[in-house]
Parts: sequence; C-alpha cells; structure tokens
Amino acid sequence: MQDAGMVIVGAGECGLRAAMSLREQGYHGRVTLIGAEVHLPYERPPLSKDAMAGETLPTPKTITSRDVLDAQGISLISGVTVRAIDRAGRFVRLSTGESIPYDKLLLATGAEPRRLPMAEGLSRCVTLRTFDDALAIRSHLTRGIRVAVIGGGFIGLELAAAARRLGCPVTVIESLPRILARAVPAEIAAIIHAEHVAHGVDIRTGTGLASMEEGPDGLSIALADGASVEADLCIIGIGAVPHVGLAQEAGLSVDNGIAVDAELRTDDPHIFAAGDCCSFPLDLYGGRRIRLEAWRNAQEQGALAAANMLGGHEGHKAVPWFWSDQYGLGLQIAGLCDEGPQTVRRDVGEVAFILFHLAEDGRLVAASGIGPGNAIARDIRLAEMLIAKRACPPVDKLAAADTKLKALLAA
Amino acid sequence: MAGWVDACGADDVDEEDVIRFDHEGRTFAIYRSPDDDYFATDGLCTHEKIHLADGLVMDDIIECPKHNGRFNYKTGQAKGAPVCVNLKTYPVKVEAGRVMIDIG
Repeated sequence: MQDAGMVIVGAGECGLRAAMSLREQGYHGRVTLIGAEVHLPYERPPLSKDAMAGETLPTPKTITSRDVLDAQGISLISGVTVRAIDRAGRFVRLSTGESIPYDKLLLATGAEPRRLPMAEGLSRCVTLRTFDDALAIRSHLTRGIRVAVIGGGFIGLELAAAARRLGCPVTVIESLPRILARAVPAEIAAIIHAEHVAHGVDIRTGTGLASMEEGPDGLSIALADGASVEADLCIIGIGAVPHVGLAQEAGLSVDNGIAVDAELRTDDPHIFAAGDCCSFPLDLYGGRRIRLEAWRNAQEQGALAAANMLGGHEGHKAVPWFWSDQYGLGLQIAGLCDEGPQTVRRDVGEVAFILFHLAEDGRLVAASGIGPGNAIARDIRLAEMLIAKRACPPVDKLAAADTKLKALLAA
Repeated sequence: MAGWVDACGADDVDEEDVIRFDHEGRTFAIYRSPDDDYFATDGLCTHEKIHLADGLVMDDIIECPKHNGRFNYKTGQAKGAPVCVNLKTYPVKVEAGRVMIDIG
C-alpha cells in the first residue's frame, strides 16, 4: 500500500531543501510543501544585504521555479498556514479548512522577529524576516531619513550598513556593553564596531530603552541613560523566536525550539523538525542542545531530515557555520566560540585575521575570522574540517600564517 | 578575439590550489590539481558571482568561499545545491613555465 506521503510545513530554505532531498533520495510518494508566504521559496540572507543595496525596489531571489517543482512532483501550497496537527489521525489541518494526511511530517516553521513590547502599534517601527518586510523597509529607506536600529545584532548591523549607503543618518542602540555580544568574540566585534563608526554610524552600547513616542514629525526614543534619539524609521532587530506554537499545541516537547533528537525526530516518531525552529543536541559539543538561525544549517538539516524521514538513522554532525557582510568586510564563524576558553590569533595578510578557539584539552572547537571580502573564507573552511575531526593542532602552527591549515588537516 | 593568453607562471599556483586571473574585464580561476595538472574556469561562482579563487580546492573540487557551492573544476560540473549552473571551463597548456589559457 502506498503511504500517505510526506508533508513539510514551512517553504523556506529548509523546507524546500527537504522536499528536493526526498526526491534526490528516490522517494516517489506524495510530497506537499506548505508555506505561509505567497512567494516561491526564496533566499533570506540577501534581505538585509543586497535587497537593501539597490536604488530600486528588490525582487525575491527565488531558489526554485514552478517548473522545477512540477517536474519534481512537489506540490507547493502557498499563502496558507497550518492550523493544527492531528497526531492520532496523522493529518494537518490548513487555514483553508482542508486536511492533508501524512506518513511523515516535517516542521520547518522557522522563526520570527522578537517583539519589542513598547514598539507595538507604532507605525514607524519595523522588523525584518520576510521578503515583504524587506520590501516595506526598502520603500521607507529614502535618502536622508533618520534611522534608529534597536539591537546590535547581525540583522540590525547589516541594515545599518545598508542605510548608511543610502545616506541615512543611523543610530544603533544596544543594551549590552558591546555589539554582537552573543555570537562574536569581542576582538572581532570591535573591528565591526569601528567600521560602522568609520562609516558614520552612531553606536550607543550599554543603554536600554526608557520609552518611545510617535509624533507627526517622527519617533522619539528615550534611552535609559537619559539621552534621546529622533528617528523617522526604527528597525527592531533584537533576535528571533522560533515558531513552536503548532508543535506545542500538538503536545510535542519544546525547549528553546521544537525539541528533536540528533536525528531531528520529535518525540512523535512520525514528526520531524529542522532549521531555525528546532533545538537539537550536538554530539561535537558533548550533546549540548542548541538552536541555530543560519542559512547553511537550514539546508543541512532539511537534507538530513529528509533522509531520516525515509528511514535513515543519521545524526546531525555538521559544524555550525555562519557569515555576515557589512561594508566591505566579511565575517565567518565555524563552531561555537564559547566552547573554547583559549584563543590563538593568526594574521592573514595585512588586515584580516582568524581566531582559533581551543578547549582546555587543546581541541579546536571554533574559529572566527574577519577581513576584506572573503579573505578568511578558505581558512575558516579548513578550520571547520579540523573542528569536525576534533583535532588538537599545535598552537604555534595555528598562529603561524606560513603554515598551511591544509597541512594540519592531513597531519 | 583573444585566443591563448598568458595567465600566470606555473609556480604561481600551489599544488591543489587556485589563483585568480583577470584579463580585459573578465575574471578567471586557474587551478593546479594534486596530480600537477592545470585547469581554468570562469572566476565567478554561478550562484552569486563570488570569486572562486578565495575558495578551497580539495582533489578535483573547488568550493565557493561564501555558500559552499561545489564544482568539479576539471569539467565545470556543478555538484549540487546551492549551485545548479555549471561553470565554464577553458583549455589550458603549460609552455616554458607559463600557464596559458584559451579564452576564445
């Protein structure tokens, strides 16, 4: 008997990759991909970068086409949300009233911007997650308007860089003592901070918000330190929260994301979760449970979920990796920097450098780097392979720019 | 038409590595394989126009430095998501210690 098919909730990078992987791995049954947005699946990373850079309004950078989906036999249902999962009956109920049965279900529901309660209802306050958000922001970003960015994280800083390119005065407000405090080592955050200041961004760290007031001439933001910032547009970039509602209502475990095992299975063997919405144990760091909001992870977990939905039993092994571009600088991080108390620096050319993060036993657990363009990309990639191998490279070799990391990999 | 052009010295590229070569507004990537043969492709990834010469060469694969798109640099074949368009390759010959490529 033919099974009921595979249903994937969420038609972003992760959901689409899973759908394509099911076919690549030879699955011939029904594949249904359900997306809340009306667009074909598209890439999100450009939304805070290239989509803001042009003089004209952006278009979505789609990852696939109707023709490809048709040829692959993937039915995409767009602009529709899933209201509920019936685990006993193994079907999902859509906002259209329709029900779709599944043999295996993948939740790739992603995340949404964390809300700032005091900004609720203020028309000049915006967040960025979807293409439509990007379009709205870009259409407001006319030359010279005053921009405030709440939160010194990646989205906020990339948008700050974009707004400067368009000649807008920009103030970034970060409540922690420095920008990028959660994700990036201080030494690298300092470079990014200096680059923003050099481009004319006013960065206020270590101060929270007291109040926001919207008037006819703009938004007045009172800071906890007594200062005030006037803005025409305020971008709220204070992190993302995973979409767990559907899973929670279905009685699945949630722990900073839909809780899955290393094989991306929830506590219902017929339901998997992958990408930004899930938290998973990473063997590389002693089974530490993490959640990643990253483009490459979305793809890797989409592909892995597909394999395991088809009966595979492979654990997630990939080293966490992400990048950010601001002005001409490229940042890349492989691994989790907070796992490594010891840091070794390698200079790459004149201005680029890499920090290797080592655990107490000398094991390489992370590498972070920054430089013009993609100057550090190759070495970060090699470091990622060393991290995956759980290598303990000699500290002097890591520091010496003339020692090729490839040679350490072969050692 | 340009035909054969002198791209670099044979020693300018390390074994299992790649360098960038710019010529008359075009950009190319010149590879030296682990078995010491030379190859040339377009310099930019077919996904997002990233310079491949910043990427990593492993055996006969070049990996894009930004999004890990992989190509076989000997044939130009795209090896899967996120790259789906093959890379253009160019004939190469080594003469008197110089790497020459036929850019057509």
